[in-house]
Amino acid sequence: MQKKRSFPIGTSILSALVVLGLAVMIYRFINGLGAISNLSDGRPWGLWISFDLYCGVALAAGGFTLAGAVYIFRLEKYHTVVRPAILTAFLGYTLVILALLVDLGQPWYIWHIMINWNVHSPLFEVGMCVMTYTLVLALEFSPVVFEGLNRSNLPVVKRINWRVPWRIIRTIQIPLVIAGVVLSTLHQSSLGSMLLMMPTALHALWYSPILPVLFLLSAIAVGPAMVIFESTLSTRIFGHKLDIDILGGLAKVIPYILGLYLLLKLFELMAVGEIGLIFTAYPYNLLWWGEIIIGVILPIILFSLPDVRRSRNAVFVTSILVIIGLMFNRFNVSMLALGMRPGYIYFPHWMEFAVSIGLVADALLVVWLAYRFLPIIQHEETAEVKA
Amino acid sequence: MMKLNRRDFLKVSVGTTGLLLLGSPKQAYAHDSPSQSSWGVLVDTTKCVGCWWCYAACKHSHHLPETIQPDPENPPELNSDVWTTLATRQEGNQWLYAKRQCMHCVYPACVTACPVGALQKTAEGPVIYDANKCFGCRYCMVACPFGVPDFEWEDPTPWVRKCDFCADRLAEGLAPSCVDACPNGALKFGNRDELLAEAKERIAGASKKYVDHVYGEKEAGGTSWLYITGFPIDKMGFPSLDSEPVTVNTQRAMGAVPPVLLGVAATMAGIYWFYKRRDKMSQIKTNKKEASG
Repeated sequence: MQKKRSFPIGTSILSALVVLGLAVMIYRFINGLGAISNLSDGRPWGLWISFDLYCGVALAAGGFTLAGAVYIFRLEKYHTVVRPAILTAFLGYTLVILALLVDLGQPWYIWHIMINWNVHSPLFEVGMCVMTYTLVLALEFSPVVFEGLNRSNLPVVKRINWRVPWRIIRTIQIPLVIAGVVLSTLHQSSLGSMLLMMPTALHALWYSPILPVLFLLSAIAVGPAMVIFESTLSTRIFGHKLDIDILGGLAKVIPYILGLYLLLKLFELMAVGEIGLIFTAYPYNLLWWGEIIIGVILPIILFSLPDVRRSRNAVFVTSILVIIGLMFNRFNVSMLALGMRPGYIYFPHWMEFAVSIGLVADALLVVWLAYRFLPIIQHEETAEVKA
Repeated sequence: MMKLNRRDFLKVSVGTTGLLLLGSPKQAYAHDSPSQSSWGVLVDTTKCVGCWWCYAACKHSHHLPETIQPDPENPPELNSDVWTTLATRQEGNQWLYAKRQCMHCVYPACVTACPVGALQKTAEGPVIYDANKCFGCRYCMVACPFGVPDFEWEDPTPWVRKCDFCADRLAEGLAPSCVDACPNGALKFGNRDELLAEAKERIAGASKKYVDHVYGEKEAGGTSWLYITGFPIDKMGFPSLDSEPVTVNTQRAMGAVPPVLLGVAATMAGIYWFYKRRDKMSQIKTNKKEASG
């Protein structure tokens, strides 16, 4: 009972943050982007692109990695965490789109991307994939909603047979999952391709023609880490236990992916003869070492230790390292090590923070509502699949 | 140790990653290759006296809000209301000037960057902007190696703004308004190839007066606007750039999209089929065992 009472205090704080974010957005649409941000001609992209787009899309990678693992590779063990993973991915992408609606100069023309195609632009690809994939995620998650509606006792809702749309989605589930993997592969890597356009502006420690591959690999690695992170949190808040075997299993894959990522990164720097920069390019090398030690080397070591993988707390903390390391990397490539135009400095305006924080609060509120009212954890589909 | 450049490395890394498929570099940006007869402007900074008439003419012909007479000590930066300006520098008691505006790249980063194709390189030379397509993502501003496109930050319905080479005047057979306004012959409008030849002649004819470099001949794959100067142009804030277009790596990566799409889809379908079959077979096996046992 205590847990149930304590959370609404959290929800009211979240609601307040949402309202503040909304107020800033309204102010922005009256007075222009300059009024709520420290963005300028020399720094056209800032916190929203680095945090909401670059970090947001990567951190939502748990959706396609888990859906792929369970439905394509048939790793049934992870079935219980697929639904939360898809829900958070869907919310993550919704958040990305909402943030872009604030960041774009004229968001009411966002549909232009559907009719004016520039197939040479990586941002075109990111935009199209993000929109399509958000729809795919909504469909992938929709069976949970139909199950919830099917159980509900609301007057009109209970008369409709929610089994019908449920079955339709179930029959196209595998194509949906494959589409999700394809779309994710494309846009996770294209976020890296976007940076290929800035060979002089992006610091040589990060600029590399294999950026698309590095982006994809780091997204695949952070996917399971995000699932560990958020399912651990949700089990703490809602009180149900998740098998340590599942968490440990997710943790076990991460060192392999991060190891490949690290090798490629070092190999590229050596091949172009720029490996020395990791010692000489002060102060940028500190940023580089920061993201590599926190997000790559430490997690590889820790997740390789069986004792760590057997401890809920250790797995949780190490997954946080992976997440922080990835965010560190995305901030480096899209903000700190990207000197867009010389002579400009940038630190986000408090209202930029208010928008980003408001959107995260939004997502957390929806997660809370979903866990309260929808069958996220115990669901009936396993029985149906076997039948 | 063997030293590779980035392009060589890419070729090597393709084998290891198997994710990027290569087209030849020429193919990679062939879609926007320049017309041989495109227009250009030759800027001879040794003839510029800093009168700012180009600046005033540009403001006038594009109906941009007028501002006060610019001061060389504090020259206006390019912004949404300033499409051309002068970079200034004091050496001794002499002022040096270099006109700044969009360079109208031969392989423009902004054109490749724009997701909705609002920026286009025309066959005549200008890189033009269509506000009817733009939605304000500002990728062009980040991608431009010369730092040219600017944004209407204070406007609730903002557009991107930059020099358009007076494309409408060019279509009427006129020179850009800044070139027409220049009283001292520092700006010369003409065919880019001819201007390039002339630039080299001028340098050869007065090698003491000029730095032996035509800025814009090769920078980022070449630009429609060319500069010859009496001082190293990087001192005036012009970036030092490779001769390779900045769009090359992006175009190569984007060329890999269709094969990656099909490849990943086919691989995933294959893996799904494989594991499904494996599970089915093991099911049959256990059923048989149960039946026989």
